Amino acid sequence: MEFLSEFPALGRKDLASLKQGIDESFRSFSRAYGPEIEAFFNPLLKFLIWFEKLLLGTPWPIVIIVIAALTWLGARSVKVTIGSVIAFLIIGFLGMWEDTMATLAIVSVCTVLCIAIGIPIGILMARSDRTQAIITPILDVMQTIPVFVYLLPVVMLLGIGKVPGLLAVCIYAAPPIVRLTNLGIRLVDRDVMEAAESFGASSREKLFGVQIPLALPNIFAGVNQTIMMALSMVVIASMIGVKGLGGPVLRSISNQYLALGLMNGLAIVALAIIFDRVSQSYGKRLQAYRETGHG
Amino acid sequence: MVKHEIQPLDDSIDEPKVSIQKLYKIFGDTPEAMLDRVRGGMGKPELMDQTGHALGLNNINLDIPARKIQVIMGLSGSGKSTLIRHLNRLIEPTDGEIWVDGEDVMKMDAKELRDLRRFKMSMVFQKFGLLPHRTVLENAMYGLEIQGVSTKEAQQRAVKWLDRVGLAGFEEQYPSQLSGGQQQRVGLARALATDAEILLMDEAFSALDPLIRTDMQSILLELQEELHKTIIFITHDLDEALNIGDNIAILRDGEIIQSGDPQDIIMNPADDYITDFIRDINRAKVVRLRSIVKKGATGAGETLRGGMSLEEALPKLHKSVDGSCPVVDKKGNPLGAVTLDGLIDALKAPETEADDEVRYS
Repeated sequence: MEFLSEFPALGRKDLASLKQGIDESFRSFSRAYGPEIEAFFNPLLKFLIWFEKLLLGTPWPIVIIVIAALTWLGARSVKVTIGSVIAFLIIGFLGMWEDTMATLAIVSVCTVLCIAIGIPIGILMARSDRTQAIITPILDVMQTIPVFVYLLPVVMLLGIGKVPGLLAVCIYAAPPIVRLTNLGIRLVDRDVMEAAESFGASSREKLFGVQIPLALPNIFAGVNQTIMMALSMVVIASMIGVKGLGGPVLRSISNQYLALGLMNGLAIVALAIIFDRVSQSYGKRLQAYRETGHG
Repeated sequence: MVKHEIQPLDDSIDEPKVSIQKLYKIFGDTPEAMLDRVRGGMGKPELMDQTGHALGLNNINLDIPARKIQVIMGLSGSGKSTLIRHLNRLIEPTDGEIWVDGEDVMKMDAKELRDLRRFKMSMVFQKFGLLPHRTVLENAMYGLEIQGVSTKEAQQRAVKWLDRVGLAGFEEQYPSQLSGGQQQRVGLARALATDAEILLMDEAFSALDPLIRTDMQSILLELQEELHKTIIFITHDLDEALNIGDNIAILRDGEIIQSGDPQDIIMNPADDYITDFIRDINRAKVVRLRSIVKKGATGAGETLRGGMSLEEALPKLHKSVDGSCPVVDKKGNPLGAVTLDGLIDALKAPETEADDEVRYS
């Protein structure tokens, strides 16, 4: 009866040696290839540092003007533009300017990276059911696995710093854009695709002339989600040495600084709201042709 | 039943522009393996019951003459939309041949097929298939863009065709801002702008209101008088088929059950299915004098054209002293004569055998 009441688990000794084996082999892998992998990510690091320096080196009035201009271009709304200028002024006035710029830098770079990698993967997924079947579970893992579980191997490989932080943020933030690109392309009206095909469109012409333009609203929803998820990761990323608004939040937790945590937390919220409003209204404008419906 | 002899509308016989030979389409997991059974005479319901394969098209043979409107008619599920998609290979056949201008479409590689679609055939769809993110003008330009025509020239040609279908002034609108009839005009302009010789129309007017539908039919006939394209027109509507078709093929369960001159189908229906089909049409409007003309006879009344409908001929026959009028073809050659009695007889709908059984039981 012992067999039924006690689960036939691996012995404590075997289990320990199994875990040790995995740990050892990964350690020797990172010892052997660590420098190469670090070198591979070096350009990314340089770009990130350059961008952060650019944001911090530029006089603050110019940064605010540029942000206002970008907001206006994206949202075409006086309310959103003025709102974001006021938010940045308050952030600066409360002494969070440098951290905000650092966060802005990492979120922007991460978003660009996710778009550059995510959209092509999404397109590949939309083109073949087999690719979709392979990639979907990977995306599921990326979104649900506890962050600390993949934070550890990343740190073991690359140490503490900006690049591992960036990778951690990207792993978490990339799935929505991949999923929504795939979905958007698959949702394109079959009749429209058939019409394009009947006129002899090649698969490239179909992709760039029909599928992507018609999937853009969905792709944009994906970009929006990616930005939101990247922002929500900045606190955790600060644990492995990413500078920014996450750092003070982390300190406030360990030291019970209520005001510090609240201020920096609200600054993250402000950034999120601005990004969200701008990217959403831009996405809406992309599908202006849908709004003027005829009976 | 009396077999009516139909005088042809004109005697010029063209080379077939499109020729479909022994075409089969079976939907299912192993369509090729089912081919022998279908060739052996297994019908659509049996094939479905015994093997789970759907018989889409069963041994289709059809020669489509150039510069004419060929209507393919059938109820839903008869395979008509499947058939038209074989002509430009949007659907691949299970077996058979498709020839266009003496070229075997089935042997074309991807590039040749694209060129066929770009330059030789264009298509109009039941659900329009317009690109919602492009303006009316950009939609009309689409085929030309794919052909590689310069933007400037494409714009000029698209504007011209939009004007021809009555959409001048709508160039900058989006499809969603137009009514159904207007959207299909865009579809028509897009198809005509490519200058393709063959126009495939898949239930092009079926989604439109009846009034707009007749309107579009008139536009098509008007354009056709000038353009003389080879048009393959799919419909489930007999009135539409009779109104625009130079030739009609009737499809049921993936088989052509009768094909030919519309007059021939009205006067000599091949079986009860077609007899049922044509029972409710207004014969006074659709039967032409050339279908009821008596060869060699003459009449005292006004000389009439063979293409005239019974309705139009009735008052003239009534006026004639001996109740008959001579009939000539398009070129003025005498075909014979029609009589008032013959006309009245032709108004009577043909009866199916089932009717006889009911009557005599």
